Amino acid sequence: MENNGIQAELPYEQAITELESIVGLLESGELTLEDSMKMFEKGVGLVRYCNKKLDEIEKRITIIMEENNKVVERDFNPED
Amino acid sequence: MNRYLTVSELTGYIKQLVDSDMLLSNVWVAGEISNFKAHTSGHMYFSLKDDNAVIKCVMFRSHNIRLRFRPEEGMRVIIRGYVSVYPQGGNYQLYVEEMQPDGTGALYLAFEQLKKKLEQQGYFDPKRKKPIPLLPCAIGVVTSPTGAVIRDIINILSRRYPNCRIIVCGSAVQGKEAPAELIRGIKLFNRLKNVDVIILARGGGSLEDLWPFNDEELAKAIVESEIPIISAVGHETDFTISDFAADLRAPTPSAAAELVMPEKMAMKEQLGVLHKRLCTTLLNRLNHEKNRLQRLSDSRSLKRPYEQINFKRQYLDMLERNLLDRSRFITENLKSRLKVLAGKLDALSPLTVLSRGYSVTQNKSGDMIRSVKQLKPGEELVITVCDGKFQAVYEKNLTGQMEV
Repeated sequence: MENNGIQAELPYEQAITELESIVGLLESGELTLEDSMKMFEKGVGLVRYCNKKLDEIEKRITIIMEENNKVVERDFNPED
Repeated sequence: MNRYLTVSELTGYIKQLVDSDMLLSNVWVAGEISNFKAHTSGHMYFSLKDDNAVIKCVMFRSHNIRLRFRPEEGMRVIIRGYVSVYPQGGNYQLYVEEMQPDGTGALYLAFEQLKKKLEQQGYFDPKRKKPIPLLPCAIGVVTSPTGAVIRDIINILSRRYPNCRIIVCGSAVQGKEAPAELIRGIKLFNRLKNVDVIILARGGGSLEDLWPFNDEELAKAIVESEIPIISAVGHETDFTISDFAADLRAPTPSAAAELVMPEKMAMKEQLGVLHKRLCTTLLNRLNHEKNRLQRLSDSRSLKRPYEQINFKRQYLDMLERNLLDRSRFITENLKSRLKVLAGKLDALSPLTVLSRGYSVTQNKSGDMIRSVKQLKPGEELVITVCDGKFQAVYEKNLTGQMEV
């Protein structure tokens, strides 16, 4: 799986919270080496996922309005 | 009838009647200020009057320090307080707890009443407030599409997060049409579900300007919105019903932009730190395990498995050597003792005596001759010296002659 089993629509907040707890768990040194490796891989997957989430947001500013019961969306520039 | 009351008893009775009245215990009154006196103690004394009546008022320091305007002679105000009797002065008076200039005062009254009503209906209950997402993929803004507010919001959002997605829904933010348009914006976003959070914004203005945000229907739409709403109306000191109903109140529209969008740089940094900690921890763990393994494989028992055996072998050799040494010592000791004894024996041997020149004399029958008295002249004797025997004949006794 591309994202190490991270569900596609995991909210960013949840992902970063999980990442924090994984780092904490690893740092506690209480895991077996095998589990440490697994957690590390999961953590790296979450880092990648979060980075992707941060970058994939589309840069776009639009304005929506209803015209004749249809929603119209246009690019918006507040300087106009 | 000779039953009469004292003045105190009568006044006390009147005071009790007044104090127990529900209406008088919390009342809103509009009127005009006259005879205003701000006492050095900080308390304010004045009268409130209209065309036909006047009532004495007192506003204690603890309440008037919260006033956001200076009451003046002739000013029309709306007051909330309670009526009670002041026995020492023989008068009843209004104890003022809140005061607003009239005009805005009427609005203020309406605001307070609506606020109380909605509060009782649970509109402002913190438990029903939705959390604001940490990273909204798209932000909806319901505000005027022109003016500084939307520009500030877009500028701040773009500065904090260069690739942010903003969807504006234009709305009137003052005037009669405003509440309905604001509600339509909220409902439109909820129908399209194309944003993660909605900012409801308006710049500063008078209480009348901000009035559309004190609308009951708007409060209802905010509470019913499935998308979390941040209310950012006016300045920091302005509070509207929509502020209370919203999931989060921002003191200003710019503050709303800062609250809703994290700084991308900071987020990236946080991720970087977590990534580094992740790697460092695993690396440390691997190093630790490697060292542990190294230490084990370096241990003597694995590296020189025969060492212990060799040690034992060596010890055995040493024991063997000790045993031999010991037995040799014992033998030597015995030998030397034997030699001493042999020497002693040798010294006692007759042969040794003979070798010094002595001889042994025996008669023919082999008896040892120890005395001359044993001898008869002519008797044959056998004499033994150290290297042999010879035969001799006894002639005469020389005993006396020899001693001369």
